[in-house]
Amino acid sequence: MMLDRETWRRNLESICLPVGALLLSLVLFGLFCAFAGANPFGVYESIYTAAFGSSRAWQNTLIRAAPLMLTSLCTLLPAHLGLTIIGNEGALVVGGLGAIAAGLTLQGNAPLVVQIGMALAALICGGVWIGLVGFLRHYRGVNETISSLLMNYIAIALLNHLVSGPWRDPSSLNKPSSFPIANADLLGTLPGTRIHYGLVYGIIACVLAYILIKRTTFGFAARTAGGNIRAARIAGLPVGQLTLAICFLAGSCAGLAGMVEVAAVHGRANESLNANYGYSGILVAFIARQNPLAATAIAVILGGILTSGGILQRAHNLPDATVLVFQGIVFLVVMYSESLFGRLSIFKERPGTRKVKPAAVQV
Amino acid sequence: MATEALGWLGVPLAIAAGTMRGGTPFLLVSLGECLTEKSGKINLGLEGTLLTGAMTAYAVSYLTQSPWSGVIAAGLAGMVLGFIHAWLTQQPRVNDVAVGIAMIIFGSGIAFFLGKPFIQPSAPQLATLALGGWSANASVQEALRISPLFIIGVLLAPTLTWFFKSTRWGLFVRAVGDSPDAALAMGISIAKVRMLSIVAGSFLAGIGGASLSLYYPGIWSERISSGQGLMAVALVIFARWQPIQCLYASLLFGGAQALGPALQSIGITQGYYLFNAAPYILTLAIMIATCSPNRKISGAPGALGTSN
Repeated sequence: MMLDRETWRRNLESICLPVGALLLSLVLFGLFCAFAGANPFGVYESIYTAAFGSSRAWQNTLIRAAPLMLTSLCTLLPAHLGLTIIGNEGALVVGGLGAIAAGLTLQGNAPLVVQIGMALAALICGGVWIGLVGFLRHYRGVNETISSLLMNYIAIALLNHLVSGPWRDPSSLNKPSSFPIANADLLGTLPGTRIHYGLVYGIIACVLAYILIKRTTFGFAARTAGGNIRAARIAGLPVGQLTLAICFLAGSCAGLAGMVEVAAVHGRANESLNANYGYSGILVAFIARQNPLAATAIAVILGGILTSGGILQRAHNLPDATVLVFQGIVFLVVMYSESLFGRLSIFKERPGTRKVKPAAVQV
Repeated sequence: MATEALGWLGVPLAIAAGTMRGGTPFLLVSLGECLTEKSGKINLGLEGTLLTGAMTAYAVSYLTQSPWSGVIAAGLAGMVLGFIHAWLTQQPRVNDVAVGIAMIIFGSGIAFFLGKPFIQPSAPQLATLALGGWSANASVQEALRISPLFIIGVLLAPTLTWFFKSTRWGLFVRAVGDSPDAALAMGISIAKVRMLSIVAGSFLAGIGGASLSLYYPGIWSERISSGQGLMAVALVIFARWQPIQCLYASLLFGGAQALGPALQSIGITQGYYLFNAAPYILTLAIMIATCSPNRKISGAPGALGTSN
């Protein structure tokens, strides 16, 4: 997006509306808390303290933001192709399974080799998982939203099957888990913090996604096909290959999130892998209006909100689902704000200030 | 379960029983979704509606000690969520599917939030009709305890077919869903018809939730629904938007769902989780088999999925 005199109102609109939507959802959430018998201002303060109040809180927030950045790309990239994919959770889970399989197989090699092996396995597993959704969409016309959702449940069943059966570590009694990855092979932390390298992966992936979508021919072709598939076909764009490539990349990002969770947070695969980062990633993608750079910022905000779940329970006696309600309210308000684009006169371009020019490519 | 006594024969019996038990939520939600989609809108949020319905039914049944008030309350709670969905999806440039995802998060959030205090206490369940009295075998009797909600669903399917085919209002719904322009020319308010269709569909989905918490499995917990609301959406596609076909498809899905527990009850625990994934794999397989990239599926409402 370029800031010039002609389009500043529109740029302002695309910042003000999402921010306004977030503020409105905070107000609605406050009302909801008040109905539930908690002091809304106390709740806001607790969320802020738990999420961004101290260096410790920031670290917790960023640890949660890392997988969110990666999973959000799973919805965000296909959205530019006009596909609504919500298989983030499933791709994360199979990515985690791929990572643990690679990590245990390669055990004994140099840690760097093991880590690269885990990352590659996660990228491939997640990529193939969502790639399959893209394949079914393009070659069989299967609705990608429903098929990707069904595949979430299949992935979770696969995880439960593997960790409670073939891959089970017999010493994990209460919570069936796979064998742990050797300590030396776990992802390290950024110097001086508890934040693992997953955050760096997340930021790099989002920046790469931005460049890919906005600054390359590939991204331009994908956006063209997303805008008008018939025109793209007539222009000779390989829509099938684009679909497969975008879906593979989308799935591999979410798969990498699974690797990060396995190799930096849990150290093994078990049902904790299925911690709803996938579903929250969908929300990140929609609030960020499918912009990868905005997604990094939204992931941090949402990571903060997820961090505050515990304190809401302890300090305000609100159930842990409060965070889920908040996410739902934000999502609905953001959806509504989408319909306000171009309807508020304050953001309308004044007649005469804008010369006629061809539709901007960068917007 | 008493099926152990029957050995291998227990498997088909348990599946038959599970077909009717597990099929009930599928049936009610898919009929609701069928009505909604006939008007040209998709409601993916019925998963959230199902959970909210289950929680409301359980809570109201516990508080009033009357399971039928629970059922009604579940339907009303579904209508509230349906209203939000209907209003939002009729705003310009708002995507049905995205709102549906938002409604899943919101509906399940509300259900888990308000349902927290009701996880422990046990609420009175809906009385079942014992149709197995002719048999001396206890497990046959157990299997033929039919929920009144299942019977309501079975009766509703032909009623809905008749509604679409032979009533004035059914014609309105079909016209709005197939060709909004023609409906407009007939002087029908598209917004009103869609609003009513979505709200009525959500009412049925809420009752589907009640059948989860007040009949089978008959408890309230955060894991009570495992995607039945979403599978019902796929099921409507499979059923080609015909209520009677929805009935058959629901029975098939209920049976697929009963496979894992039925095998477990006779001691086959290997691959328990994989058998539990049977309904999802079945749905996916059916969608792959019935969809085609080149044409719209026959029977699909013409305006389905188009934006405002």
